Amino acid sequence: MENLVIKKEITNGQLPADAISLANEKIISDLLPQKFGKAGKVWVGVLSAICLIGLYAYYRQLRYGLIVTSMRDYVSWGIYISNFVFFVAISLVGSLITAVFRLAGVKWGSPLTRIAEIIAVAAIIFASLIIIVDMGSPERFYNLFIYGRIQSPIIWDVIVITTYFFISILLLYYPLLPDIQILLRFKEGTGKRLYRFYSFIGSFWKGTAEQFELSEKAINILCIAIIPVAFTIHTVTSWLFATTYRPGWDSTNFGAYFIAGAFLVGAGAVVVAMFVFRKAYHLEKYITEDHFEKMGRILVLLSLLYLYFNMNEFLTPFFKMKESEASYLNGLFSGDFAPLFWFAILTGMIVPTLILLFKKGRKPLPVFVAGVMVVVGAWFKRYLIVTPTLLHPFLPMHDVPASYRHYFPSWEEWAITLGSLAGAMLIITILARIFPIIPIQETITEQHETAE
Amino acid sequence: MNQENNSRRDFLLTGIAAATLAVGCNSKKDVFEAGAEAGAVASGRKVKLLSVDGEVIEVDEAFLKPVPHLPPVSNTEARIGIPGKKFVMVIDLSRCKNLKKCQSACNHAHELNPGENWIKVDPMQNADHTAPYWEPTTCMHCDEPPCVKVCPVDATFKREDGIVLIDSDRCIGCRFCMAACPYSARVFNWGEPDLPAEVAAQPYSAETSIPQKKGTVGKCDFCADMTREGMLPHCVSACPNGVFAFGDINEDSVTNGAETFRFSDLIRDKAGYRLMEDLGTKPSVYYLPPVSRNFPFESGLENDKTQNS
Repeated sequence: MENLVIKKEITNGQLPADAISLANEKIISDLLPQKFGKAGKVWVGVLSAICLIGLYAYYRQLRYGLIVTSMRDYVSWGIYISNFVFFVAISLVGSLITAVFRLAGVKWGSPLTRIAEIIAVAAIIFASLIIIVDMGSPERFYNLFIYGRIQSPIIWDVIVITTYFFISILLLYYPLLPDIQILLRFKEGTGKRLYRFYSFIGSFWKGTAEQFELSEKAINILCIAIIPVAFTIHTVTSWLFATTYRPGWDSTNFGAYFIAGAFLVGAGAVVVAMFVFRKAYHLEKYITEDHFEKMGRILVLLSLLYLYFNMNEFLTPFFKMKESEASYLNGLFSGDFAPLFWFAILTGMIVPTLILLFKKGRKPLPVFVAGVMVVVGAWFKRYLIVTPTLLHPFLPMHDVPASYRHYFPSWEEWAITLGSLAGAMLIITILARIFPIIPIQETITEQHETAE
Repeated sequence: MNQENNSRRDFLLTGIAAATLAVGCNSKKDVFEAGAEAGAVASGRKVKLLSVDGEVIEVDEAFLKPVPHLPPVSNTEARIGIPGKKFVMVIDLSRCKNLKKCQSACNHAHELNPGENWIKVDPMQNADHTAPYWEPTTCMHCDEPPCVKVCPVDATFKREDGIVLIDSDRCIGCRFCMAACPYSARVFNWGEPDLPAEVAAQPYSAETSIPQKKGTVGKCDFCADMTREGMLPHCVSACPNGVFAFGDINEDSVTNGAETFRFSDLIRDKAGYRLMEDLGTKPSVYYLPPVSRNFPFESGLENDKTQNS
């Protein structure tokens, strides 16, 4: 970390040490993790309650089997899988904000890196969990390791998701080390157990030039490594569908289509989190209007990109209207799924773009609203990718009970899905409680650079 | 065993019974003595049997001893299959009237729960003005099985003899195979299957596909246990109209129990085809087109309503 070495020199020389430390103290006291206030406690309580309901629903599912869901032989993948795709998609933002910005030398993004990484870690954890929830025999999970066959896209997914999980954890962890040193120094507000936890994960960090250099190298390697891995996790996830023959899934566009959608929903999640953390922790000085302005522009770019891939995905089959795809496409455009389909397109792409195209639309509040729309639209978009296809098999849906011919998730599925979403938000909240949501050390360094 | 019933299946069954009786016996007399020892009294009803020497002999029904089922083969053997065989099925659409005897025999033999059908009989109509017909579908036992390709744990596998089976003790229930199968042949045990206690307690056999287990996938297994014993799958013998013919492509013969055909002649003369040939899955199930039909399509509608209400 060259900057920090420079900063050290500054601290030791040119500027009066008092002024420096005063400015630093202000930054540190602004950014130190804060105890939950009343609202924070309510928030955590509500999320925990939703998680508990989800856990109870999962207990029922373990006991009685997947019969408690509304999935049946035709719709054999439901909102668990679409929720899985959603989580994988959102987790890609860690690599976008952290790695892409860093490698491209985008400096203004650094206050957002930790938010992005925390979201990525939370999302990838729940992506892994939800895929186990979807399994009919989760107690045999270990079979994947004993009998795993490399030819199955599921095994590819297991490999790359595991890899991405560890890279994401490390990419969260390494830049945290200097901050943990600061946390250990300012222990007044820290509980005993939390202090012990900080020492456990970070006491070896002394902040020597050598350590900074090592960490800098490691972070650079991780940033380079995470981009292909991130592309792979979502491409492979798209291949779970695209390697089948089904109408709506049998598409060569799927990898790029999923990646584009993932960057969009990830960026949407980041602006939502930015807005909330900014409000909750009064970070107006650190997450500025300019950040929203710039993230707004990125969102426009990404939603237009995703819209482009959507056109590729739907326009060419629509033009041909092949027999095997016709009823599927009609179902989306004007049939049972049409309200949801157009809602996802409008809410997830078009309306946010329209909002963000205007300068006034790139103020914090409208950006937040657009971000929420992107995320909500994206969740339903994933549902539309998974379910309608399964309701259009090649052979007629016949000789099965009537309940097999349509799908609406059962309360257990909703509870588990909402529980997983709440769980991911809970992890984000807890990580934001334990760790500075904006990198302190980096902020200090950059402050000095601009001061110069 | 009914004397009048001279279907191939029963003929083979009696053949096995005779062979078992003949084990360790040098003459037919010993057979009767063996029976007499068990205290059997002649019933007067005679059964024709094929002896090991190739002679047709008559034996009193009372002297027949039930043959215990062959012990289920080991998991490893079940994965390899029967050497030298390559099983095929031919479904003659001109004979089907949606009686669904195939389905009920299959469901009964595999202890399937209601609503869970490995054989489905679909009403099909290829285009607006073409005539509708009934199309029974089983697992196609593809030579390029998409389900086997995607299985992450090798729980579903393709054997040397062409049969695709499932190891329910290994299946993790991810249902990727169900998404991959274009024929919708696979069904899932969403809940705990409702089975008699003694069935549920059996160790799972991939060849019998019994017992089905919660959270695993099931499908038509070409009755691998029956074929191992030289018998026909249950659907084949249950169909009174001889819709299904089953056999070994290496022997170039298929039979529906009553009639035996040279497979290559049958497929050539009746323009046999396979479903969704364009997908490249190379099914082992062939169809004969619904020409010169034995029954009008409408005759199957009644039966359809009762089961698809």
